[in-house]
Formats: sequence, C-alpha cells, structure tokens
Amino acid sequence: MSQTLYEKLWLDHVVHQEADGTALIYIDRHLVHEVTSPQAFEGLKLAGRKPWRVSSIVATADHNTPTDHWDRGIEDPVSRLQVDTLDANVHEVGALAYFPFKDPRQGIVHVVGPEIGATLPGMSVVCGDSHTSTHGAFACLAQGIGTSEVEHVLATQCLLQKKSKTMLLRVNGKLAKGVAAKDLALAIIGRIGTAGGTGYAMEFAGSAIRGLSMEGRMTLCNMAIEAGARLGLVAVDEVTIDYLRGRPFAPSDAQWEQAVAAWRGLRSDADARFDGVVEMRAEDIRPQVTWGTSPEMVVAVDACVPDPANEQDPVRREGWERALRYMGLRPNVPIREIRLDKIFIGSCTNSRIEDLRAAAAVANGRKVAESIKLALVVPGSGLVKQQAESEGLDRIFRAAGFEWRQPGCSMCLAMNADRLDAGERCASTSNRNFEGRQGGGGRTHLVSPEMAAAAAIAGHFCDVSEWL
Amino acid sequence: MDKFIRLEGLVAPLDRANVDTDAIIPKQFLKSIKRSGFGPNLFDEWRYLDVGEPGRDNSQRPLNDQFVLNQPRFMGAQILLTRQNFGCGSSREHAPWALLDFGFRALIGESFADIFYNNCFKNGILPIVLPAADIDGLFALVEANPGCRLLVDLEQQLVVRPDGQVLPFSVDSFRRECLLNGWDDIGLSLRHADLIRAFEEKRRVEKPWLFA
Ligand code: SF4
Repeated sequence: MSQTLYEKLWLDHVVHQEADGTALIYIDRHLVHEVTSPQAFEGLKLAGRKPWRVSSIVATADHNTPTDHWDRGIEDPVSRLQVDTLDANVHEVGALAYFPFKDPRQGIVHVVGPEIGATLPGMSVVCGDSHTSTHGAFACLAQGIGTSEVEHVLATQCLLQKKSKTMLLRVNGKLAKGVAAKDLALAIIGRIGTAGGTGYAMEFAGSAIRGLSMEGRMTLCNMAIEAGARLGLVAVDEVTIDYLRGRPFAPSDAQWEQAVAAWRGLRSDADARFDGVVEMRAEDIRPQVTWGTSPEMVVAVDACVPDPANEQDPVRREGWERALRYMGLRPNVPIREIRLDKIFIGSCTNSRIEDLRAAAAVANGRKVAESIKLALVVPGSGLVKQQAESEGLDRIFRAAGFEWRQPGCSMCLAMNADRLDAGERCASTSNRNFEGRQGGGGRTHLVSPEMAAAAAIAGHFCDVSEWL
Repeated sequence: MDKFIRLEGLVAPLDRANVDTDAIIPKQFLKSIKRSGFGPNLFDEWRYLDVGEPGRDNSQRPLNDQFVLNQPRFMGAQILLTRQNFGCGSSREHAPWALLDFGFRALIGESFADIFYNNCFKNGILPIVLPAADIDGLFALVEANPGCRLLVDLEQQLVVRPDGQVLPFSVDSFRRECLLNGWDDIGLSLRHADLIRAFEEKRRVEKPWLFA
C-alpha cells in the first residue's frame, strides 16, 4: 500500500502499540538545552532512574546566554544557575556532544544539530522545544516535547504518542526575487491559521520546495509549529544529501553509501493519500509582514493594516482589535508607513549562513537609518559566525551600522539582556510576535532577513524586491 | 501525579482565542530550575500592571482589576473556560505547572495546541475539548451566574452544568486511564523495556549510522 513520508517514518519507529493506538516511539536523537531540561534530569534522579542511551544526546546552552561581553560571563545569576545546571547534568550523565557556553560550536540547538550532521534523515528527533519541527527538513520525525517527556525520553528512549493525521502543503512554481522561505512560511500560516495544522504532520512538497536550499527548508519546517502542526517534513533529495556529505557526525565511507541508499526512500509515494491537501502557487507570494500578535495576522508588504470592522466573526474581531491596541497601530495604515525602533536578525528561524548572506546583500554599502536605535545580527551558532566572518559578512554589517553579536537565541525570546522596551517596535526574523515575546510591551513584526535588513536601512518597512 | 476522577469547581472565563504559552507564563520565569512556584506569575502580564521579575514579592505589585482572575467572584476557580487554540506557542511545561500551581485542574476550550495538550495530562490537568456551541453556552452561563460551578466527570466523560444539561466529551482511553489512576507513564513504558532493547538492537544492526 502506498504511504506518506510521515507514515513511513512512524512505522519505522514503533516499538509497541496499545489497543487504543497509543504507541511507544523509539527516539534516535535527543537535543537538550538549559531551559526545559533541569526538572527532567532532577526527576530522573529522584526516581532513581538512569538515562537509557546517552549517545543519543546532543546538548548546548542557547536561550540564556549573552550575545556580547562574553569575558564577563553570564551576569544574571538566575540565568547562570540554569546554564550551570545544564553543565552539571551533562557532565554527570554524559552525551554524544556538548557545546557549553563559549564553546566555538555553541549555538541555537536547532542550528547546531543539522550543521554538525547530528540530525540525519529517517531519525526521530526530540527536544524540549517547540521549534524542533525544524529538523523535519531532513525527513526526520522531529517534534518538540514538554519537560515530562524529556524525562520520559531520558529514561526509556521512547515517547508515548498517537499517530498524527497528515497534511500536504503543495507549493509549485518559483518564488519571485526578494521572496524568501520565511515569506512562504508566513503566507502559509496566513492562509490556514495558527491552528490550521493542529493534529497534523505537515509535509511540504512541490517544485517551490524542491527549489529551496536546506536552510530555506529548515525555515519552513521551523514555522510549521506556528501553523499548529507538531511536525513539518520535506522529502529527501539531492539537496539533502549534498548538505550532509562530510558533516562531522554524518556517516562516512561504506556507511555513507548504505545510509544514502536508505535515505532515498524517504519520500511520500506518488499515490499516497493525505488527510488534508492545501495548494499554493509560489508566484502569488509577496514579501510578508505581520501586523498583530499572532503569526497568522500577516499581510503582504504592499497591503495595509486590516480593519477589524471588516471581520464578521466576533471572537476574531475582538482579537484583531486587541492586537491593534497592543501593537499601537490604526486600521488601514499602509504597512510601508510603519516605522521601526529596533531590528533583530537571528533566531532558529533565520540565523543560518544563507539568511545572513541575504541580509548582508541588502545591507552592503548602505547605512542603517538614524532613527533605528539598535540593529542586531545574531548568528545561529559559533560555526555560522565563523563562516560569516570568513566571507566578510560581519564587516558589511558593521559598516552599515549593525551590531555583530555572539550566537544564541537572543532577542527571539529575550531571556538574556537583548530585548525590546515597552512600546518599542521591531522588525524581527524570529517566529513569534506574541505579546511581550521580545520584552514586556514590545511590538514585534515578523519578516524575512532581507526584509529586516531593508527596514533597518529605510527606518520603515519597504518592499525589498524593489531593491534587488 | 495526582489522580483526576471527578471535580466539582468554580469556573473562570478567559474569553480569548489563541492564548499562547508566553502569555500563560512569560519567559523570565522559565529561568527557574524547579517545577513549582509558578502560580503567582500565571498570566503575569495580564494580571499585574507592572513588569514581573523572578524573585519579586508579587503581593506588593499593582493588580489589573480588569483581568478576570483578579475579580473576587472568580477567586478559587479550578476550571478555566477558554476558546480556540489555547496553549499555542512554546513547549514550556512551565505553562501547565503555573496553571496547576494557581489551582486549575481542568480546562475547557474549543481546541488546544498539541504540545500543551499533552503536557497537561502529564501533570494531572484535564483539558476538555467541546464544540463551539457548547463553549458559547458555557460563556453565557458563567456570565449570567456569578459563582457558577461545573461538575467534570472523567470516568463518564461528561461536563454537567448546574441546570442539569450534560455535555459529553472524549479523551484517549490511554490518557484517561493514566489520569484516573494517577499513573507515572515512565513506569508504564519501562514495563516494555525488553521490547525497547530488542528494537534498539535490531536498529543498530540495520542502520548503524544512527548510533555512531
Ligand atoms: S531561537 Fe527562539 S524559537 Fe528558536 S529555540 Fe531559541 S528561543 Fe526558541
């Protein structure tokens, strides 16, 4: 019988299934960071249990780590305790790889896993972090879990769950110049809503997806969770295989050949049936900007802030009104007239080398507008930072007036010192524009890296495709 | 984990869709390495008029009187009534920990985000999904009847309104068993340790690159 990619991956990981369909799913890779793991390690210890397979663990500190003045260490004592706790736990338990604070390979866990080749096609990948969906770009069964589940995986190497429904997001055609994977992700969320994918494993397919680099596919799968899907998926093709070749934790020699042969089967069969299908045309997608406090509150850059008066559904209308109040925006204002205070280029959505190249291409030879208080570029990992510096991207950013920082989550969720003050407005390449996400009272507009760079230069939103 | 069988409790209405986990418990409180103590900071940015920081004495902070949980008639609520997509956003289990610490044992909504929904069961909180019409009815009921209480019966999978109207709901049988018995699911899974070991050994032979 023909199968979807998700069904193949699911079947390949079922250890045992209860009568009601609840299954024990074997976990190949367990990514760990400091925020969601301390209570899990503690629970394990309190119950007198041992971790099942520590060679599945890849750990790094990312959420709390500062992005400048590394010589001063972590100044916030509460953050420091959390990072130290990770340190102590990993040292006690062990791991395949651990990149602590200041390690040259430290970075955002979802950037680090793929770049070292620790995320491989066909794996089941978990992390106590919702954006684990990122790794689905490699045809992995990759999902975010809570802390109790982190403990469950540590103790049993398995996750208890039921099979999801499947949704196919087919995007054919070619993205226009200046339109990035991020715009595609936002346009999809705008179309199906933030709960549109709830209960589904979402596979992205079609010629537009095949035309994306691995970085672009990761951006897309990263945002699948914002569409409500627990996991996003892209089939394996030559792009996947080329990306992995030679990565430190990827197989080599005879094992590489054996692995590649297995990976080539990781695609949905031609006549596989999905529970839901959504079709979009790449040509229809314009650069996107969110205007509200949910990623589904999004429009094209040439549009205006919508008017709640035009919304029929009362719960939605009230949501829009509340969002506009919070965002300090009036209905019907052109998006291009929205002026910004801060710019953030970073996060597990858009901090990979290709994102930085795209932003640097826009910034090259230009200057950040006087009115911008702070424009931050935060590479996703130490290795991305090294690569960018070897290409001279840091010099381009600095010359334009951006700050070039150390890797980490930074202003994506503002657990460290990088944050918005109340009322400040930010063009951000991150994934969530929720109230207070980037700092209490802060106002976030989600955009692609090239759109963020253009907004930094202009001081307001503008259509970057006109610049290229 | 505490058992959940039946609960008769006061209902607090939170009439918003897409309540995200950043709103349920803002990030500054995620720096804690403990599982408890999050209750005073539940919905922090909506409950208080100033910005909360870990370690502050919350009893001294200015309250937002407009926010539903600050209204005297909802003090001691154990059931939270909400709309669609509650708990969207981050996987932080601090969100259910905060709800539990505040006193909520059951949530009733039109839909819940996947990871959050799962996290609730791991902590003895019952998230109940009801059709939109039932939810509308409950909001109207709570609005019209101060002190409105509901009976939640997990064994029968029913919500019973004070006017006797019965609203059926359904939960996976495995999750239901775990909640009814207060089972620790790690213990349950480890009963299959031999199966896990056998699966792992076979995998190691067939796909050795996964174990490098
Ligand atoms: S970059 Fe943002 S979304 Fe990604 S893991 Fe860090 S905090 Fe989470």
